[in-house]
Amino acid sequence: MSNPFAIWVYLATTPLLWLTLTLAVWVVADRIAKASGRHPLVNPVLISIVVVGAILVVTHTPYEIYFQGAQFVHFLLGPATVAIAVPLVRHRALVMANLLPMAAALVAGALVAVVSALAVAAALGAPHEILVSLAPKSVTAGIAMAISERLGGVPALTAVLVITTGVIGAVIVTPLMNALKITDYAARGFAVGLASHGIGTARAFVVDEVAGTFAGIAMGLNGVATSVIVPLLIAML
Amino acid sequence: MIRALALLLSCQLLGEIISRALALPVPGPVIGLALLAAGAILHARMTGADASAIESTDLGKAASALLGSLGLLFVPAGVGIVQQMPVVGAYGLALFAALVVSTVVTLIVTVYVFLIVKRLTDRGKAP
Repeated sequence: MSNPFAIWVYLATTPLLWLTLTLAVWVVADRIAKASGRHPLVNPVLISIVVVGAILVVTHTPYEIYFQGAQFVHFLLGPATVAIAVPLVRHRALVMANLLPMAAALVAGALVAVVSALAVAAALGAPHEILVSLAPKSVTAGIAMAISERLGGVPALTAVLVITTGVIGAVIVTPLMNALKITDYAARGFAVGLASHGIGTARAFVVDEVAGTFAGIAMGLNGVATSVIVPLLIAML
Repeated sequence: MIRALALLLSCQLLGEIISRALALPVPGPVIGLALLAAGAILHARMTGADASAIESTDLGKAASALLGSLGLLFVPAGVGIVQQMPVVGAYGLALFAALVVSTVVTLIVTVYVFLIVKRLTDRGKAP
């Protein structure tokens, strides 16, 4: 009989194991979320991140090894973003009818997202370098890290804050909007895509296709707005 | 399925080239999204088809499969974050408070500005 440890040593370094683990954990997490009636607190992204993260810690697996398998999933973020064109085309009449509300909400939301985060963190004593890393937290990781690096922040810290913001928005949006009795799914989706980029958009698509479409648009627009706003606001600090 | 993936990747590739060539702050996939949407509407106009029928095409099915599990695609990046938690350092609590407050305030401001402007423009349109 082959030594089980030898099998583990082989498996632990192949992309197959970590890709399979990522998908399997997601399937279970998504099933738990479905069983909860898509309860906002039972967020499958958060569950999967925590479970996979814990498995890596327990097995002493470096992230680089894990990513050799997980990169195939990660890679699909690009084509998935392009794919938002499909619901966009389907709901284009609704999108065209809401151009002005979107433009106004974009400017207001992009400003508030940066200013409110900076105000709270500065009041609690965070130094300049931390504030710069925090400012672009509402936009997708690639853009946020580029902004942070250009202005003298810590891109790795920005990445942590971006993902955390995404999860917070995805968890909070449904109870918050229900409490405010807001039933316009275009507006709800736009808000969560702007505040919480792709992870918020993923939640919006689970709730409603119109919400998902507007979230995707807001995510794209806020990426641009934030890369213009943050350098200006940081210069004023 | 493969045709749809080839189309999505072509749009992304074209978007990346445009983004880099013009040094735009917009990521390649977002430009690819705009290209695909414009292309799909143009194609429907030229062939006289209904653009809304896009859902039942090969591309439509691939898109719903990807967008239906969009959350999965953030797991690898999220796992990387778990291991980077130490960079948060002494300001962990302050930063978490900032993120929660900022996210709630941003959601509220964005949704109300959207709704108020919509109400104003709708009123302007009414006879």
